[in-house]
Amino acid sequence: MDRRETLKSLLLAPLASGVIATSGCVTSSNNSAARVSWTPLPTSYSYGRTEVEQQRDRELFAESYFREHELITIAILCDIILPNDHPNGGALDAGLPDFVEFMVKDRERYKLPVRGGIAWIDNRSIEKFGADFINITESQRLSICDEIAYPDIQDPDLQPGISFFTLMRNLTLTGYYTTALGFEDLGYKGNTPNIWDGVPEEVLKKHNMTYESEWLKKCVDQTQRDITAEWDDDMNLLT
Amino acid sequence: MAAHEYDVIIVGSGAGGGMATLQLANAGLRVALVEAGAYYDPADEAQRTQLRNPWESPRRGASTARRPFGDYNSCIGGWELDGEPYTQKGDTEFMWWRGRMLGGRTNHWGRIALRFGPLDFKRKDSDGLGDNWPIGYEDVKPYYDKVDKLVGVFGSNEGLYNDPDGFFLPAPKPRLHELYYIKGARKVNVPVIPARKSMLTKRINAERGVCYYCGQCSRACSIHADFSSGTVLVFPALRGGQVDLYTNCMVREVTTDAAGKATGVSYINKKDRQEYRLEGRSIVLAASACSSARILLNSRSAAHENGLGNSSDHVGRYLHDSTGASRAAFIPALMDRDIYNEDGVGGMHVYTPWWLENENLDFSRGYHLEIGGGMSMPSYGFGFAANQYNEFLGARVGGYGNELRDDIRRFYGSRLSIACRGESVPQYNNRCELDPTVVDEWGIPVLRFDYKWTQNEINQARHMQDAMEELLEASGGVLLGSKPGADRDYGLTKPGEIIHEVGTTRMGSNSATSVTNQFGQLHDTKNVFVVDAGTFVSQADKNPTWTIMALAWRTSDYIIEQMQQQNL
Ligand SMILES: Cc1cc2nc3c(=O)[nH]c(=O)nc-3n(C[C@H](O)[C@H](O)[C@H](O)COP(=O)(O)OP(=O)(O)OC[C@H]3O[C@@H](n4cnc5c(N)ncnc54)[C@H](O)[C@@H]3O)c2cc1C
Ligand code: SF4
Repeated sequence: MDRRETLKSLLLAPLASGVIATSGCVTSSNNSAARVSWTPLPTSYSYGRTEVEQQRDRELFAESYFREHELITIAILCDIILPNDHPNGGALDAGLPDFVEFMVKDRERYKLPVRGGIAWIDNRSIEKFGADFINITESQRLSICDEIAYPDIQDPDLQPGISFFTLMRNLTLTGYYTTALGFEDLGYKGNTPNIWDGVPEEVLKKHNMTYESEWLKKCVDQTQRDITAEWDDDMNLLT
Repeated sequence: MAAHEYDVIIVGSGAGGGMATLQLANAGLRVALVEAGAYYDPADEAQRTQLRNPWESPRRGASTARRPFGDYNSCIGGWELDGEPYTQKGDTEFMWWRGRMLGGRTNHWGRIALRFGPLDFKRKDSDGLGDNWPIGYEDVKPYYDKVDKLVGVFGSNEGLYNDPDGFFLPAPKPRLHELYYIKGARKVNVPVIPARKSMLTKRINAERGVCYYCGQCSRACSIHADFSSGTVLVFPALRGGQVDLYTNCMVREVTTDAAGKATGVSYINKKDRQEYRLEGRSIVLAASACSSARILLNSRSAAHENGLGNSSDHVGRYLHDSTGASRAAFIPALMDRDIYNEDGVGGMHVYTPWWLENENLDFSRGYHLEIGGGMSMPSYGFGFAANQYNEFLGARVGGYGNELRDDIRRFYGSRLSIACRGESVPQYNNRCELDPTVVDEWGIPVLRFDYKWTQNEINQARHMQDAMEELLEASGGVLLGSKPGADRDYGLTKPGEIIHEVGTTRMGSNSATSVTNQFGQLHDTKNVFVVDAGTFVSQADKNPTWTIMALAWRTSDYIIEQMQQQNL
């Protein structure tokens, strides 16, 4: 079953009517919530778990915490934080809603802040634009995000929104940069067998650094790494 | 005399138990190794976490209750164990970490491998506090030498009196942020030397691989190029055929006869929850300092009313942990870095040993500095507070959209951190004891901790904070966070938090004020030995594990000799 398809078809009807019921007047016919879709993440993993841990993961995947409305709101926020219109893809390409859902279920302490945060942002958006967040226009959404995306904003009314947005930004960035897309975006080079032989020469130069010869004498000569170590009685390495 | 099934029963397969197992088995003794955790080998695909990408886990390396240092950490255990509580007396906040797996905590330890120096065994001589060890550096040196060669440790011979030289493998070259630190430390006259850690930067035998610099030792090494007790000590011992390994077996107590002599151990097999017994000529406890104390205290009998080896009421006393404090800085010069693979070995390549030995300070005992930073692999938490350093550049913190990508790249690898690890002065009143009412899921009474830092440790932490600020700023850093003041004990870690529990069965020549003799042999019961850090009289500002292994080897030689002389 393609989760994206399911989400798509589930979205249209209930949301539109839900919105009407709440606000009584939907100014925008542009129901972009209907278009939210993302690359689904796997729901089974193999990464050196004990039985107890496997059981825990299975339970988390089986648990449903978010209502559909909440999940769509999360998806829209993730998309605003890291949009897809980039060569290395964005939050939705990286399956962020699934990741956020998993993490929130895994960490009890995130549950309330995320649920409450979504309710807060809906209230704000009804107050300002007469519909909840997913049913207002894109520019209306951005105007709400602008109110809460910066911790230096002092307005006391906005503080809960700022906390929520900060949490969503943290989860989105961490979720994206821990995928292959994120590795690509960052240019990350590690996590592979290699031979560390110091900072590349051109980098040293840029930073005005050198390896002192005294220090280098204590360092491994990588051409000899496979020769079995032998010492004399005075602790001098001979090989 | 009863025919014993085993010459020696060893409880616990961590640093101490692993070493004793290998040495005693190599001497031809019949050994039972009893371990409360499950079998573990990082080379086993079903258990491997090394070289996994973050997206192979649904939580991307985030911590869990079962793996507090992240879900790729090769730890089965942690601060809380299901069914195995511990309690606190008064407002004590002792943190107790327990590994429950073959190899114990040595699967996920930091592998910082430091010898104690001559001064460290005789601290009372220099400051009048605590007690001297009954042995000195010269007694342990031959064993440190042997451990270096058997296990493998990189480092450098610096000729420092209290940070002795060793049979070192060559060190890896410093990373860029470490070069910044070296430069900064030199400016303020603080020494920096290559780190001393147990990874094979060079081959030492045909069985183990040579490090390929994935930087993931805390996930345990599938080519066995770093030290874990399982891979380096227990596996070779098992190959010799002298050892029976009992995993998932939780020792309740040491059994004794009417005369008070130990006869074996009783344990619960966690799989069937039944109790079993093993008989042995000698018992070696290596369950970690507090767990071994717990076993002794639970081994009560008519001959040992107060618990085994506890006629002095010293079992559990003098429990002490290292002190700790940490601070970090943003290094503007490390913004917009060229990105290359600098994983190196797991953790730091350089460190600062204690440098103020003869200074007049308002605290006693020193500390060393561990250096952190670099372009590490993104895992859960990466990107949190993505552009917080904008604050220092006059740019706005927060926001959304593609510009966050630039922030992430700009600040990647621009953080430098220091963690201090210091020596505390052991206290008679800091202890673990049996909780009078609480038991674990097998009905075994659990430990209750009673531990307070003294002003000495608090003053030391204040000094750490000043030193870290000076060093980070000298390295070109802009300090992050605020400096903890007196209200927060200057950021002093909680007791237990550094995970260097030692001292609970300390050695000494006076049986009224110590639990074992200099060979870890109980004063009260000659055929019971302790080879974990319980025997430490004081802990030095060095991490304990290299000394645990040296002393475990020394005790093993003593056991072999005593058995040959028919004294055991
Ligand atoms: C994250 C971390 C980083 C560390 N870094 C360093 C470092 O860099 N340098 C350093 O020197 N030290 C370090 N340490 C400390 C180091 O791991 C310990 O000093 C060392 O492992 C102690 O060895 P041990 O044999 O005493 O006990 P452990 O390694 O704890 O092994 C004890 C074993 O006994 C078993 N056991 C306990 N009770 C029972 C029972 N009743 N019956 C049967 N079996 C039992 C346990 O399951 C365990 O496997 C670190 C520890 C941690 C957790
Ligand atoms: S850094 Fe080296 S020793 Fe450590 S896990 Fe990687 S290969 Fe093994």
